[in-house]
Amino acid sequence: MTDALLWALPVLPAVVGGLLLLVPIRHPHAVVVGVGTAVLSTTLAVVAGTSGAEVAVPFVAGADLGLALRGPGVLLAPAVTAVTALALLAAPDQVRGSAARFHGLMLLFCAAALVTVAATTLPALLLGWEVMGAMSYALIGFRWRDPHRVESGLTAFVATRGADLGLYVATGAALAGGAGTALDDLAAASPGWRSVVAAGLVVAALGKSAQLVLAFWLARAMAGPAPVSALLHSAAMVALGGYLLLRVEPLLAATSWAGPTVAWVGALSTVLLGLVALGQRDLKQLLAASTSAQLGFVVLAAGVGGVVAGTTHLLAHAATKAALFLVAGAWLAAHGTKQLAGLRGAVRRHRGLRVLASLALLSLAGVPPLSLWATKDLVLAAAFARSPALGVVAVLGAALSAAYAGVVLRVLWAPVTDAEAREASRLRGSEEPASGRVGPSTAVAVAVLIVAAALGGLVAVPAVGETVAGVVGASATGPGPLAAASGVLALAVVAAVWARPPGSWARARAWGGVEAAVRGGLVAPTLRLADAAARVDEGLARTVRAVPAVVHRLAATVAAGERSVLEAAVDRAAGGTVRVAQVARRGDERRVHGAVLAVAGAARRAGEAARRPQTGQLHQYYVQAVALVALGTVLLLVAR
Amino acid sequence: MLSLTVFLPLLAASLLCGPRLPSPVLRWGWVVASALELALVAVLWARYDTPAEGTLAFETRVPWIPGVASDYHVGLDGLSLPLVAMTAVVFLAAALYSLRDEDRPRSRVAVFLALETVCVGTFAAADLVLFFVFFDLSIVGMYLVIAGWGHGERARSALLFFLYTFLGSLALLGGFIGLYVASDPHTFDMVELARQDPFAGGGTAAAVVLGAILLGLAVKTPTVPFHTWLPPAHTDAPAAGSAVLAGVLLKLGTYGFVRLGMTLLPDAWQAWAWVVLVVGLVSVLWGALVAMAQRDLKRLIAYTSVNHMGYVVLAVGAAGVVAADTAGAREVAVSGAVTQMVSHGLVTAALFLLAGVVLERSGTYEIDRFGGLAGRAPRFTALFAVAAFASLGLPGLSGFVAELQIFAGSIAAVPWSAVGLLGILLVAGLLLWTLQRLVTGEAGPATHRFSDVRAHELLAVGPLLLLSLAIGLAPRPLLDVVEPAAAAVVAVLGR
Repeated sequence: MTDALLWALPVLPAVVGGLLLLVPIRHPHAVVVGVGTAVLSTTLAVVAGTSGAEVAVPFVAGADLGLALRGPGVLLAPAVTAVTALALLAAPDQVRGSAARFHGLMLLFCAAALVTVAATTLPALLLGWEVMGAMSYALIGFRWRDPHRVESGLTAFVATRGADLGLYVATGAALAGGAGTALDDLAAASPGWRSVVAAGLVVAALGKSAQLVLAFWLARAMAGPAPVSALLHSAAMVALGGYLLLRVEPLLAATSWAGPTVAWVGALSTVLLGLVALGQRDLKQLLAASTSAQLGFVVLAAGVGGVVAGTTHLLAHAATKAALFLVAGAWLAAHGTKQLAGLRGAVRRHRGLRVLASLALLSLAGVPPLSLWATKDLVLAAAFARSPALGVVAVLGAALSAAYAGVVLRVLWAPVTDAEAREASRLRGSEEPASGRVGPSTAVAVAVLIVAAALGGLVAVPAVGETVAGVVGASATGPGPLAAASGVLALAVVAAVWARPPGSWARARAWGGVEAAVRGGLVAPTLRLADAAARVDEGLARTVRAVPAVVHRLAATVAAGERSVLEAAVDRAAGGTVRVAQVARRGDERRVHGAVLAVAGAARRAGEAARRPQTGQLHQYYVQAVALVALGTVLLLVAR
Repeated sequence: MLSLTVFLPLLAASLLCGPRLPSPVLRWGWVVASALELALVAVLWARYDTPAEGTLAFETRVPWIPGVASDYHVGLDGLSLPLVAMTAVVFLAAALYSLRDEDRPRSRVAVFLALETVCVGTFAAADLVLFFVFFDLSIVGMYLVIAGWGHGERARSALLFFLYTFLGSLALLGGFIGLYVASDPHTFDMVELARQDPFAGGGTAAAVVLGAILLGLAVKTPTVPFHTWLPPAHTDAPAAGSAVLAGVLLKLGTYGFVRLGMTLLPDAWQAWAWVVLVVGLVSVLWGALVAMAQRDLKRLIAYTSVNHMGYVVLAVGAAGVVAADTAGAREVAVSGAVTQMVSHGLVTAALFLLAGVVLERSGTYEIDRFGGLAGRAPRFTALFAVAAFASLGLPGLSGFVAELQIFAGSIAAVPWSAVGLLGILLVAGLLLWTLQRLVTGEAGPATHRFSDVRAHELLAVGPLLLLSLAIGLAPRPLLDVVEPAAAAVVAVLGR
């Protein structure tokens, strides 16, 4: 029974999602079906997580398709489905276009994310992982009439799939390493292959979680509707990149290099992408960069063995960031812009939403007692425990979190000058038509998420923290001595940003120019190479096509030459024969002459016969070739 | 039973095309015959048990040309049964797709049905002469299809196809004769040849024979650099013909790699496996790169076929690189190669039929003349999107099961074959880019004439993609048949 429930967990949203795509039911029904399915899935996730069920079916040789909710997955699966439900609840206010198609794609994505979370083997992981990417492609390009949105989806898909190839390498290496493809067994692979497995998984996870230079695709993913980002770029997909590293933490620990590498990539991401976030002028771009930076803390935690810290940070960030993306989407629908300058002043009209958004921003900034303060502190403690240098870099990342959250808080609350008000009204409606209102369903969804984001701070209470650690199945490091200090630091940074807001700079807005570099350094050369290859290929095809003509000319030449040579020979032969005949006439004239004439005639006919096959008709040559081969066959048979 | 399966289409052809039947009867008759054929294959599948080593299932042996010890010998194993099943499916799809086609139905039905017999016969043949006869007749049949019902420069493309692949088959025949001569007692029987292993130990003669066979198969598959007949043949072939050409006929080549190369010349195969591997790798990358630069939808799909067949060649090459402790991985690679043949047959047939829809509606294959088809033709968009994702190996569809096995097995056996993964990335990018240019954005000049897929087209393409989905999610029914055969091939290589 519990096995069936575990199967139903991904199958239910997959089937309902697929049906919604095939049967385009109308708007209110699609929403009811979509949200209802997500809510039901949440129940299933809780039940399946508490039951400890495990299922597996054979897939390919030596690799099963296995599902089970283990460790961080017990908490993450319900989080994914719950955020799906809330994002779908808010979607009617924010998404234009077919509701059935949107809900169908989101449910399919949710199913893929659940498979990823519950995967116990590499094939199952790949299945969920890449279908997530494909659905993200379809969701980013949801408004398919805008070419730039579809192209953004393509960029995101190809970039993440490039990193996904690591999983294929890892599967091959796992097969070669002798420990099988079960995620829990990977650490037991032979040392050389173990490193290859770890490298493949790390590359795939860093690509999905948009770390360092692999973050550029996330900027493009913002072309999708905001509820998409609320799910994909807060609670799933990007988050699952971090989750994978937490899930295979024993493997990282088993190699000498993977843990430290991952930890440093995460720590540097918190700083570099924090700077990118700080430099944005577009709210969604800021939130996206902040997602990469916050995932940096999760990745850092996985690298230093802080599974509980990473998991709680992942969950707290999911709630906080999903709320903020839904708010950004609501404001975009209401005011037609997501530029910070365009929201200044305008957001005051929605008082409740502004307060809720501010709570989420304070959590993002790391202000006590909200959730991200508590969880980030667990990560910092784990980092300092491993390496002070890592810890210092991560504290810098924490300060930057407070800074970019402070930038948005200032937009929400600071007095608006006349010039700023003019700028805001100029930007109103510049990206999309401004509806002027925020729907109640968005407000409800955001409120639920904010409550979760706030209550998550309870993890700082030792009793709660230990319970969570028990569920995750790892030992917790308690709140560090820096807990209070980091809270003070966050407040100080927010205050500083309030007093002196930082300017925006171009390199940050372009996410460090990585996408341009990838386009110029990888995509463009590949396309040029493709063009060159196509030209070479065309040349090869022309050469092949020219072969019959060449053979034809050759045959014609040979035939012509043969004709003159043969005819001359035959003529000479005939002439000679005639001369011989004339000499012989004195003898038995009639008989000899007759014989000679017959020989001459035969020779002439032979010459003509020899010329006949030289027709220059290519297919006849091939028929001759077949005949020859057949003759050869017969000869062989005779000779055996 | 198996012989009935082989000759049922031919029988149907003679029944349908003997008397002067009206066109609808002919076209529906074709569908019914193809459906019956598929039903027969289903019965075979249901009754199939993995045959014992050195034997075949549903074996029939009747003396045929006793002078050269050549029998009418047919039988199936885990390599051929899935391909026979795929052939029956693809031909049924072609029949359904052609239901509304009024162009000389009598001769067309006859040619396609005869071609089906020939293709099934090639996979079922267990005698080299029989194999060769079927193999060559497939070339004749496809020549007639392209020259008779194609478009554009069809006569020229058909002739190029015929000459090129026919030359290839001559090389193949040379190899067969070599095998015959080397065997003692002389035989053309594949099972007997595999038992004798006349070229055990390799050597120059073995290399020459293998070279001749590989050359013949490389042309048929096709691999780079023998692939240049493929794009023109596809571009000018009718849609149903392209579906059969790419879906089934290319597999005659890749099937030959496993059935003839690996099984009959195991030692030579081991010695030259790295050449096969490199050719596969080059085909993977070259096919993907050249496809990327195409503006013509059908040429693009044709080049992705070069890429996809490259994966198969890569896998069978890697499977030949024998080393200790890699037998399991190499079995996975061979199993992946067979899966890829089945998967590519289904998916590329679907893609070519959809390309036929494009041509039929708008008279052009030029990708840039389209755009925004999603609005006018949502069913076409959905089918093309699923087919594209299946072709690029998205998990949940059959291409993934194939490529995962191919790469997992190949990388475990020969780590540097991971370079081929770049092909996966390139194909993903180029197919989605194509999808984007066809169905999204603003409507193009050829978009306004486009009407959505009709019932018979949906019936033809839909089941192909559903089967791809079924294999992608539940590959065991297929792999339970394939894996024992793959293990047998690898065992032969390792002995």
